[in-house]
Amino acid sequence: MRKLLIWLPLAMFLIFLVVFAGGLIRPESKTIPSKLIGKPMPRFALGPALPGKPGLSSAELMNGQPHLVNVFASWCIPCIAEAPQLRQLVAAGVPVYGIAIRDRPEDLARFIERNGDPFRAIGGDPNSSVQIALGSSGVPETFIVDGKGIIRQQHIGGINPEDLPGIMSALGEAK
Amino acid sequence: VIAEAGLAALWLGAAMALLQLLLGVLALGGRREFLGPAVAPVAVVQAALVGLAFACLIAVFARSDMSVLLVAANSHSAKPMLYKVAGAWGNHEGSMLLWVTILALAGATIALFERKLRADTRLATLAAQGAIALGFYAFLLFASNPFARIAGVSEGQGLNPLLQDPGLAFHPPTLYLGYVGLSVAFSFAVGALVTRDVGAAFARAMRPWVLGAWILLTLGITAGSYWAYYELGWGGWWFWDPVENASLMPWLAATALLHSVTVLATREGLRAWTVMLAVVAFSMSMVGTFLVRSGILTSVHAFAVDPRRGTFILALLAIYIGGALALFGLRVGTVREGSRFDAVSREGSLVINNLLLSAILGIVLVGTLYPLIAEAVTGEKLSVGPPYFNSAAGPLALILVAIMAAGPIMRWRRDDLKATLIRLAGPLLAAALALLAVILLAPGIRILPLLGLVAAAGVGLASLAPLWGRNLRRTPLYIWGMVIAHLGIAVSMAGMASESAFTKETLVASRIGESHRVGPYSVRLDEVTPVAGPNYTAIEGTVVAQRGDGAPFTLHPQTRNFPSPQTETNEAAITTVADGQLYIVVGRPDDDGRWQLRLWWKPFVTLIWAGGALVAFGGFLSLIGRVRREMRHAPARETI
Repeated sequence: MRKLLIWLPLAMFLIFLVVFAGGLIRPESKTIPSKLIGKPMPRFALGPALPGKPGLSSAELMNGQPHLVNVFASWCIPCIAEAPQLRQLVAAGVPVYGIAIRDRPEDLARFIERNGDPFRAIGGDPNSSVQIALGSSGVPETFIVDGKGIIRQQHIGGINPEDLPGIMSALGEAK
Repeated sequence: VIAEAGLAALWLGAAMALLQLLLGVLALGGRREFLGPAVAPVAVVQAALVGLAFACLIAVFARSDMSVLLVAANSHSAKPMLYKVAGAWGNHEGSMLLWVTILALAGATIALFERKLRADTRLATLAAQGAIALGFYAFLLFASNPFARIAGVSEGQGLNPLLQDPGLAFHPPTLYLGYVGLSVAFSFAVGALVTRDVGAAFARAMRPWVLGAWILLTLGITAGSYWAYYELGWGGWWFWDPVENASLMPWLAATALLHSVTVLATREGLRAWTVMLAVVAFSMSMVGTFLVRSGILTSVHAFAVDPRRGTFILALLAIYIGGALALFGLRVGTVREGSRFDAVSREGSLVINNLLLSAILGIVLVGTLYPLIAEAVTGEKLSVGPPYFNSAAGPLALILVAIMAAGPIMRWRRDDLKATLIRLAGPLLAAALALLAVILLAPGIRILPLLGLVAAAGVGLASLAPLWGRNLRRTPLYIWGMVIAHLGIAVSMAGMASESAFTKETLVASRIGESHRVGPYSVRLDEVTPVAGPNYTAIEGTVVAQRGDGAPFTLHPQTRNFPSPQTETNEAAITTVADGQLYIVVGRPDDDGRWQLRLWWKPFVTLIWAGGALVAFGGFLSLIGRVRREMRHAPARETI
């Protein structure tokens, strides 16, 4: 018993050492992935963010085909940078829906005017409540959702041109 | 040329450390008469060389030699001289050089003045010091050379604005010095294990180093807490942030060690345990350094991190701590069991103190590392916050403080529980009165702060008990030190409990001219104006506060914006009065021209840091008293 006790500190230390080494080796990621991956979209019904354009509710997203839900805002600079990629996806036939975070209609209208409108519908999320429910911690983020409304993948940050093949194949798998 | 001279001195110092290690090991291996006498001079030469290297670093900073990379990256020719010099260690490389310098000076001090220790234990201690120093020399020379050159830079980048604060210029080195002191205690423990000499003489030789380290850690933590309180603008004084925990854990271990080393020095008890604690205390400071420098834990404190350095520190950690623990496992069986004592005795209370401190240390360690372990095992990201730490460590801390009241008035070896309680009648009465007063005056406060206030009253009085019936003039300085340090804990605890129970907070969106109430104050936002500082722009609120019918006074909270690196800092406006602090932060405007104002009234919050300062002061008195006493009783110098 005493023998065991004597070597216990060394054993504990070795365990810590392994954990530390693991922490050093693992590539650093500063983003927090959503816990909803593999789970259905949370229920929500957002009013239109732009007058004249439909709002977005979770029921509409269970329409049998895979699509993208883009969490964005007019005040977000990386959202401008990813706009061409969204347009490309739309051109490839991907349905894209938008959730505008803490936005104002006049700012949003100007954003759409400058950067194009890839969205079938834009829900306005004035107090980030749906964003939080989705487990998204910033803008832009894009969720790949299958036809049953199950979240398949979360893309954190802007969509760069080199991300497109990955997104297209994920959409293919979500069919 | 100065930089090259410094680098050369550093290499030579590293060579001396290697020599110190090799000579020490060979001397212990059997050639003691021949090689032993050489070890101490080598330690002194090593200190002189690394001292020279550090002087060179200060010189290049003072001369603003921008051809040295470290100066260019951290200094600016227009900085005041104080910050130029402080800039020498206000960065990673410089602070590591400071670390080695202090370590070498400590080694020289042992080599020149240590007379209590058995000669072979002293040799082994110096060899262990050489080994530790060698690792950090390697770290400096291979992974963080402070004297590296850079070409074509004419002006420096300046120091991080958050760090241009007299308090923070000295906060990291203070903690570092504490860590170095613990490394000396570690060397002693390793030395004593190697020569199987764990006894009273070893404890007395180690004690001043532990005490010194503990004082510096106390000061460092207290200063760091106050800095976070006024500079970060969140109104809190402790956040259980990994970086804070990294400094708290060595302090907890050092506090336990400080008390167990006294048992060993006075009563020859707790031998193996004291050695273990000496190893744990230094391990905690290494783990802390590793967590802060490697960046594997995300912290609100933004530190420049570098995974390569993290790997290096981890390797050092594995060698030193793993080696010491293995040595402990091999040798501790040969450590004779110490003197026996009853459960109810001074030793008994010190053992409980040690167990509780270790339990709190365990709680903090687990809470700090849990996110790391969870991510390694389940891949899930999470963070551990104040609710865990407060509810797990809080009750233990309360029990610990209650034991602290009883311990100093108990007799060594054997005492009577009833007699102790009778001696504690006064403090118990004070605690009961405090309980009554709090229940009557402030009904409905939460249980932890309530107990904290009650314990603070009782313990505050009990901490003075060792002075009762003594001739105060003839009371030894170290008794005064203990009394003041324990009183400081009670004072600090009163502050924490009061802050937690009675703080009033108001968050408003205020128009210009509107008045708001917080605690006993009415506060009016008069205007918000942009102001420009030397290297930042800010918006400054003019806030007029008035307490009852008292004279109104003006405060100027600011939100500062530094362009490079782009940072925003809140400069809280704080007014300190006798019974607390009024704390005001101005935030962003909203669309309707209203300004975010956060107002806090924090009764007796200053006691937290005043208590910390008292604790450190008590430790200082104790250190002086112990060293004076040891010098008076020192035996004639032994030849090796």
